[in-house]
Amino acid sequence: MTALARAWDSDFLYSFRRSPVAVVSFLVVVTLVLAALFAPLIAPHDPFDPATLNLMNGFTPPMTPNAFTGETFLMGTDDQGRDVFSTILYGMRISLFVGFSAVLFALILGVTLGLLAGYRGGWTETVIMRVADVQLTFPAILVAMLIFGIAKGITPVEYRDQMAIWVLILAIGLSDWVQFARVVRGATLVEKNREYVQAARLIGRSSGAIMMRHILPNVLNSVLVIATISLALAIIAEATLSFLGVGAPPTQPSLGTLIRIGQGFLFSGEWWILFFPSVTLLALALSVNLLGDWLRDALNPRLR
Amino acid sequence: MTDPVLSVRNLTVEIPTRRGVLRPVDGVSYDIAAGEILGVVGESGAGKSMTGNAVIGLLDPPARITGGEIHLLGERIDQLKGEALRKIRGKKIGMIFQDPLTSLNPLLKVGEQLTETILAHLPVSQSDAEARALAALEEVGIPAATQRLNSYPHEFSGGMRQRVVIALALCAEPSLVIADEPTTALDVSVQAQIIALLKRLCRERGTAVMLVTHDMGVIAEAADRVAVMYAGRLAELAPVQQVVQAPQHPYTDGLMGSTPLASLGQKRLRQIPGSMPRLTALPDGCAFHPRCQRATDRCRSNPGPTLAACNGRAACWHPLTDEDRAAREATA
Amino acid sequence: MKPLVSVTHLTRIFDVSKPWLNRVIERLPKSLLTAVSDVSFDIPQNSVYALVGESGSGKSTIGKMVVGLLPPTEGSVTIEGVDLAREQDPEKIEKVRSDIQMIFQDPYASLNPRWRVKDIIEEPAVAQGKKPEALAERLLEQVGLAAEDAGKFPHEFSGGQRQRICIARALASEPRLIVCDEPTSALDVSVQAQVLNLMSDLREDLGLTYLFITHDLTVVQHMADTVGVLYLGRLVEEAPREALFADPKHPYTRMLFDAAPKMDGFGREIEPPEGEIPDPINPPPGCAFHPRCPLATDLCKRERPEPRLVGASKVACHHAE
Repeated sequence: MTALARAWDSDFLYSFRRSPVAVVSFLVVVTLVLAALFAPLIAPHDPFDPATLNLMNGFTPPMTPNAFTGETFLMGTDDQGRDVFSTILYGMRISLFVGFSAVLFALILGVTLGLLAGYRGGWTETVIMRVADVQLTFPAILVAMLIFGIAKGITPVEYRDQMAIWVLILAIGLSDWVQFARVVRGATLVEKNREYVQAARLIGRSSGAIMMRHILPNVLNSVLVIATISLALAIIAEATLSFLGVGAPPTQPSLGTLIRIGQGFLFSGEWWILFFPSVTLLALALSVNLLGDWLRDALNPRLR
Repeated sequence: MTDPVLSVRNLTVEIPTRRGVLRPVDGVSYDIAAGEILGVVGESGAGKSMTGNAVIGLLDPPARITGGEIHLLGERIDQLKGEALRKIRGKKIGMIFQDPLTSLNPLLKVGEQLTETILAHLPVSQSDAEARALAALEEVGIPAATQRLNSYPHEFSGGMRQRVVIALALCAEPSLVIADEPTTALDVSVQAQIIALLKRLCRERGTAVMLVTHDMGVIAEAADRVAVMYAGRLAELAPVQQVVQAPQHPYTDGLMGSTPLASLGQKRLRQIPGSMPRLTALPDGCAFHPRCQRATDRCRSNPGPTLAACNGRAACWHPLTDEDRAAREATA
Repeated sequence: MKPLVSVTHLTRIFDVSKPWLNRVIERLPKSLLTAVSDVSFDIPQNSVYALVGESGSGKSTIGKMVVGLLPPTEGSVTIEGVDLAREQDPEKIEKVRSDIQMIFQDPYASLNPRWRVKDIIEEPAVAQGKKPEALAERLLEQVGLAAEDAGKFPHEFSGGQRQRICIARALASEPRLIVCDEPTSALDVSVQAQVLNLMSDLREDLGLTYLFITHDLTVVQHMADTVGVLYLGRLVEEAPREALFADPKHPYTRMLFDAAPKMDGFGREIEPPEGEIPDPINPPPGCAFHPRCPLATDLCKRERPEPRLVGASKVACHHAE
């Protein structure tokens, strides 16, 4: 049997094949991510190139020829004549980039602190976990807004738009590391008392080597599950912040920014400007979340 | 001879998996008479606990009974479900597990648990039930039983807790007790107390006991008859003295020989090569043949004989005879 | 001849109090658990010393202190003349450390499930900065497994095979002393025999010294040269194996022997021992065994007996003879 066939036959992929929800979610996520990655190739227009915009195309409903230019748009256009489908593709790039980066940041921070707290114990643990507790008492969105506000206050005006994305990543990442830290600490406490860790201590391995080479690989399963679910939350957090106007700037609109812009036209009848970005956000967040749920069950030996 | 309390005939338990059907219990038959202690021994994975669980209907799905019959006091019980099954458990079958903490409700006082069980199964009044609960605690040797009725399970030590479990298992006066590794979690000195208690109570009340354990010493001291299991099948079934001192199945023989006590004063222990096959990879023929020195082509190609085909003693094509043993003694 | 291991007045106290804040609020005193108290023994080169005891006897704690996983509260463990807890010279520490290895009880928890067998076995050698060619393969064959097994993961092996892998790992640093903490109590009888035989063979072939920690008297009787019996953190009796099993002196040792199941004890009606092991946080005064002891007198309630020689045995009992 080839390695590929063996992997296909493994319990993990078997449980994947047997779960229609997981398969559909996976396909949705892959489609959306690919669409975002290859946006410049797929998108009919470049929403950031003013030269291709025609104000006459403004407010074209979906799949209907424009009264003046005769052009047809899959999902209609917004007030400035931008193709909604294209803005969604580009917006998803921002949303996904922020989401992935924020989770990566939270993961590195949380896993490191969680490992340290669990393995070292004592004061290290007390300090890290108390900070985590305090942070948990604030809603994540509030923490993110606070960090966002501070960052905005200290960056010079001319860099603000450029910095906005990075500040978003920092803000969401900082509000999200606690989950990683808590779970990793718990898992570390269990693993560090197992005999294979004692055996490694016995031969004089350093704490760093034990944490990285022995404990980390054994807590990665739970980290993977949280990372997936966090990704959905981070995408929503980004959308929320952008919707509130403290996130991605209109020059680099994310899905949340698009929803904020579209919201203004809801009552004047141009529903598509709000509808399509919202549906995309919903599909993205929901599939990532469902995938995370399935992953948690699949990696939990007790439920198998 | 009177009818046995428990009669198991050709019991088969199967677990369907995506890689095929596993058979952790395969055609097992035995009886237990009133007042008799049947020891069920085997190594991990031999199917001994699964057999006990099948009798009380506690198999974890997807494991299920797919063949054979179980009769308790002449009544068939393997097809009972729901309410009828619950009535039998506790009333007619008492259970004692390895970890006493899992069999006691940590939130209820010991007295409440006993009284509740008695009321659920016996037609007595509340005050009668309380009196019986007290008597039950006294009977299992718990000091200051009146006060201890108001204690919670965590306030007892390990040995005392197992006594409470025994009181709980016996308070509804069941006809059969299934004890699954009842002393494995206990220290040697406490183990001796629990075994002595179990033996005394069952003899006094004529309760049939199925004692599941991997400890040959415990079996030798407590059991009247022994059923040796290997890879889901009965390898040997005989009175304890015969099984320990004159085993006929090569597996039993190896098992007895590999206990350190059996080879005292010898430099090396007798050992059985290899280990028990996994259920997913049972060898063809007799499941023991890859580890068996007496194995012939017959063992490799034919499935092992059933007990019934071999005088009900050892399920083996080539059982050990007394001459075989004598010859080995001579060379040793 | 100088002993390989010398344990003197070893004591270990654990702080099992509630957290500081709870103690202040609930006005609780600090509670200390003396797991090991004033234990001394020597292990000569190439011998097997067995520590026997029930739960709470402190046998595993002693094992951890001997290998250096736990620092002693008082007393010392000296191996080849070096006290690991106090030695400053890193070279000496390194040398002694590679001379000690440990085999644990649970073969399922003692192998990192994410590592290949080859990496597991070679880790001690790699940690020392040396790695002989095909080390894992050679060791696997030495413990009765196949060289091809090196590429597999632990979950592909049975309990007995895993314990063989643990032994192979212990051998990788070419140790002189192996501390075995209940090495066979998680194994089935037939597999236990294989592992014990392997350990006996290795002892002969490699000149190993074992500290055997177990509750199983039958294993002790088979393996040990010298036996130390522990009760509530104290050594109550120490004797050569033959002497101990032929004529146990301490009433606790006798109780233990009587209580152990016998293979020829069919329908044996024994008078089971009285009582249970007391709470180690508040042990009885005087001799800790006196509440369960048939020989106990007022002296035993007041005064703790010091070890003394009775025949071939060292016994801590006022009334043993």
